[in-house]
Amino acid sequence: MQLVNQSKRMSKKAKNVSTAIAAASCALLGSSAQAEGDFWDFSKDWKFDTGFLYYGETDRVSAVEGVFSATHEPEFNDKFNFKVVLDSLTGASPSGAIAQPNSQTFTRPSGNGQYTAEAGEIPLDDTFRDTRLQMNAQWTKPAWENVTSSYGVHFSKEYDYLSLALNGSLAWDLNQKNSTFSAGLSYASDTYEPVGGIPDPLSSMVIDLGQFPTDQDFQDAFDATRIDSSDDRQTTDILLGWTQVINRSTIMQFNYSYSNVSGYLNDPFKVISLVDNGGIATDHIYENRPDSRTKHSFYWQTKHHFDESIMDVSVRYFTDDWGIKSQTVEYKHLFYIGDSSFIEPQFRYYSQTAADFYQPYLLDSAAVPEFASADIRLGEFTGVTLGLKYGWKTNAGNEMALRLSYYKQSAKDVLDSHPGVLNDLEIYPDMDAVFLQYTYSF
Amino acid sequence: MKLTKLKPLRVSIFWVLGVSVLTGCSSLGVEPWERDLLAKPEMALVSDPIEAGLDDHIYFSKEATSGGRSFAGGGCGCN
Repeated sequence: MQLVNQSKRMSKKAKNVSTAIAAASCALLGSSAQAEGDFWDFSKDWKFDTGFLYYGETDRVSAVEGVFSATHEPEFNDKFNFKVVLDSLTGASPSGAIAQPNSQTFTRPSGNGQYTAEAGEIPLDDTFRDTRLQMNAQWTKPAWENVTSSYGVHFSKEYDYLSLALNGSLAWDLNQKNSTFSAGLSYASDTYEPVGGIPDPLSSMVIDLGQFPTDQDFQDAFDATRIDSSDDRQTTDILLGWTQVINRSTIMQFNYSYSNVSGYLNDPFKVISLVDNGGIATDHIYENRPDSRTKHSFYWQTKHHFDESIMDVSVRYFTDDWGIKSQTVEYKHLFYIGDSSFIEPQFRYYSQTAADFYQPYLLDSAAVPEFASADIRLGEFTGVTLGLKYGWKTNAGNEMALRLSYYKQSAKDVLDSHPGVLNDLEIYPDMDAVFLQYTYSF
Repeated sequence: MKLTKLKPLRVSIFWVLGVSVLTGCSSLGVEPWERDLLAKPEMALVSDPIEAGLDDHIYFSKEATSGGRSFAGGGCGCN
């Protein structure tokens, strides 16, 4: 009885939520929305997925992210999805500069103020702070017999970054829908407008150590290292996929994806240190990456249903013309616990080689190369993630899940030897992070 | 030496895969009434799109690789 009452209360509550969302959406989209009739009846054919993520690195960046996704699917393969993501990021991130036996002072990317690194510590830029709003809309419809079309728009805005993208794809069902071939195209245009402007690649970071008679003198010297207030990049992606039903309990997918990015690909906040033969830093210059990058990835995924569990395994091989190669293996295994809950251990292994122009630092006795970056994300490292997810159905039939994951990156040395003091210092920033995720679908 | 040993193996793997994809797919699969397990939401290739999106964002920000399962895309100033 209590259960019945509770589920009644819950469905009433769900209805109230639906009505509130309906009212809010109509208010947002205007009265024309009402003319669409059934589409805006949120008690019908709609499904809502929400998620919350906390991401925290030890002593560095932490982020919270909220996701709201609404899907209207009146018929199979006739679907509209709208998704909003809001995330907020704060903390410190490695600037690319090398650790030293003494403390160091750096200029913030904006030119306003400084940050310091204690003796022996990898310099972290402490001004990492951003809020991002992302919105996606995706329409999926039957195009003609056995062919489904899908197209969508993407918008993402941070204080200093804007990304707009369009995508479209077609999927052909073959062999009684046991095989599906899909082909998709996506185009994105991004604009970067960092506070303090775009630094001149390979120019020296101007640091006020008391050598400037006035603030204006420092500002003039800082401004001389800026070439523009904003820059942009364009990304074209092609995705070809083959999905194959193997038998009653196994399904497989093979994907090939091609991506070409061109334009401003530097990270305007990253520098690379120049060191002398004793390993002492004599200068820090802004990084410079090539202005185009072509990426290829091959992805294979298999899902298999055992009697009481589901295995999900995927492998990805990636290569690009920056010299980066990577392998990713992901394994998830969902075990049913009774009728209404499950537990899912997750494992992910990732390994990448360094970009050709990646260097943890440069020797000041040698000529500065055309391209150089000390961004560890372009270096050689492995990443391991271990996670555990627990999901359950509420009395009202809604789904909830909690996931806790631990992610650790371990860098590998790309050099055979290091000069002087660098032998006793940490050169590559390792990282570990924890993420906690909660999802709720109704 | 190693390469010459590997090469015939690679070639045969390619042929076995290629031939099985071209001829095998028509014999693989199930009848429409055998889709009970495949139709479960947990058996969808991406069974939790919210989680997949959050993971993509994390790894896109921290690693040099993106895409594979879906478009690599632009997206944010985090990389």
